[in-house]
Amino acid sequence: MSKTLFDKVWDTHVVRKIEGGPDVLFIDRHLIHEVTSPVAFLGLKTRGISVLYPNRTFATADHNTPTIHQDQPVADPLSANQLHMLESNSAEYGISHWGLGHQKNGIVHVVGPEYGITQPGATIVCGDSHTSTHGAFGAIAFGIGTSEVEMVLATQCIMQPKPKKMRININGKLGKAVTPKDVALFIISQLTTSGATGYFVEYAGDVFENMTMEGRMTVCNLSIEMGARGGMIAPDETTINYVKGREFSPKGEAWDKALAYYKTLKTDADAVFDKELTFDGATIEPMITYGTNPGMGMGISHDIPDAADVEGGAATYAKSLGYMGFHEGDSMIGKQVDFVFVGSCTNGRIEDFRAFTSLVKGKHKADNVTAWLVPGSHIVEAQIKEEGLLDILTEAGFELRQPGCSACLAMNDDKVPAGKYAVSTSNRNFEGRQGPGSRTMLASPLVAAAAAVTGVVTDPRTLIEELA
Amino acid sequence: MDYKLKNMAYDKFNTLTSTAVPLPIENVDTDQLIPARFLKATERVGFGDNLFRDWRYNPDNTPKKDFVLNDPTYTGKILVGGKNFGSGSSREHAAWSVYDYGFRCVVSSFFADIFRGNCLNIGVLPVQVSPEFSEKIFAAIFADPKTEIEVNLPNQTITLLATGEKETFDINSYKKNNMLNGFDDIDYLQSIKGEIEEFAAQLPL
Repeated sequence: MSKTLFDKVWDTHVVRKIEGGPDVLFIDRHLIHEVTSPVAFLGLKTRGISVLYPNRTFATADHNTPTIHQDQPVADPLSANQLHMLESNSAEYGISHWGLGHQKNGIVHVVGPEYGITQPGATIVCGDSHTSTHGAFGAIAFGIGTSEVEMVLATQCIMQPKPKKMRININGKLGKAVTPKDVALFIISQLTTSGATGYFVEYAGDVFENMTMEGRMTVCNLSIEMGARGGMIAPDETTINYVKGREFSPKGEAWDKALAYYKTLKTDADAVFDKELTFDGATIEPMITYGTNPGMGMGISHDIPDAADVEGGAATYAKSLGYMGFHEGDSMIGKQVDFVFVGSCTNGRIEDFRAFTSLVKGKHKADNVTAWLVPGSHIVEAQIKEEGLLDILTEAGFELRQPGCSACLAMNDDKVPAGKYAVSTSNRNFEGRQGPGSRTMLASPLVAAAAAVTGVVTDPRTLIEELA
Repeated sequence: MDYKLKNMAYDKFNTLTSTAVPLPIENVDTDQLIPARFLKATERVGFGDNLFRDWRYNPDNTPKKDFVLNDPTYTGKILVGGKNFGSGSSREHAAWSVYDYGFRCVVSSFFADIFRGNCLNIGVLPVQVSPEFSEKIFAAIFADPKTEIEVNLPNQTITLLATGEKETFDINSYKKNNMLNGFDDIDYLQSIKGEIEEFAAQLPL
């Protein structure tokens, strides 16, 4: 029978099917961090059981870590305690631990791929919804709750009903200043924040085929923001070239065996999806969000739509715009910007900093803007320096912080104050996401750069024209 | 089920009859259920205090009078939310905060996947109803805050007791059995550990 990419990877990992219930799914790689793992370890201790395969779990600290002075003790006692628990639990159960200060420390969804933990055709879970990132490699990767973290530690399995399958096809040439982030925000704006709930998505078409692995990770990362458990892209030469030779990638004979498996990972020509959508890549503009969920996005040159023209209730829509201090019919161009955040598991990779730097080069940070540039890992941080980007950024009045999740969810001190506006390359614009009362506009690194140098929401295409 | 109960993971759920708390807002995300700054505990205690923290309290920690959890008119063990309830993060803390506050059932016309799964794993029953029945429930609660709702897990029905209007809801038979008996998935998975180890040995990665 014809199978989709998703079917092939899923079916390879089903230990047992339960009649009228979920599948028992074997997990190849498990990533853990300090926030969603302590209660899982506590559960193991309470039950008196151990970790079945410690070498399949990897721990990194990222969610609550400071992004300056990482060589000093963490000031917040609750954060420090979580970091300590991650370290002690990892040591107790024999799990690799990349804590603060470790060379491999960084955002879990950035370092996983960088070190080759992420492999095509693998099943990968983490107590974090943006685990969908790893689907860029043709893996089935999704976020899980802490009860499931405990299951994976104890048995390397979780119990999941098999989701439905959706394919999103986008072909065509992307316009000027349109990045993978814009492609993703465009898709979410079309599907709404719940339009893919219950589905696992495959992204297909030349728009995705032409993307780098970094770009594909940005797209798959945001799958959860339309409700999908995950998204994936079939592995190709780009994928295999990225994976080969990384520290935890298979080597020698194991690589040959893995490669043979990777080459099977594509959707059969006549495989059937439960839902299939097609968009024209040429119609996508640089995007920005205007509301309090990632589905409330639009081309940056558009005006905020009327309640009557969007799906959902008018009361919820009014609450959302009221929170943002925006009105139906407003143009986003020229809106106030107080903070710019570049980073996160969505846009904290080298390509994102290259894009940001390309636009701010020769310009200067606007005085009214506080900019937080936070690399996703030490590798990204080092690349920024080696490629000379840091010199350009410094010249333009920007500083680089140290790796971590930072202002994406503001568990550390990187909080946007109440009422202030942030243009952020992260993934969620929920009320208070970047700090209590903060107001977030999600966008690409190029839109963030345009805001950072002009001090207001600006269409990056106008600045690129100036440069040309 | 063929596995032995080792740990009582949570309270058993059979039939719940209660008044309900209405929250007719769509896309209630997990950052509203429990903001990230309250995720720093390393034990599963006290999360109910911060359920809906920023909708419930002003920055100076005084209660916001117009928020439903601060309105003594509405009480009960059932939370009725708008469409796409629990979207966003995978934080199980969101489900813990709902449970710890005292809710045992969340009703919505549509749930986000991870939140729904997290609820089922900790003993909060997510009941998905049709948009029409959701409207009826909200209308009934607003008309009479003392109106009672019966959630019957064995029969998979939710009933407005005042009028007898009811709807059936879906739950897979495995999870239903778990909730009825207070079993959890680890009990099951532990019971097939040998099979898992054999399976692992033949995987391509």
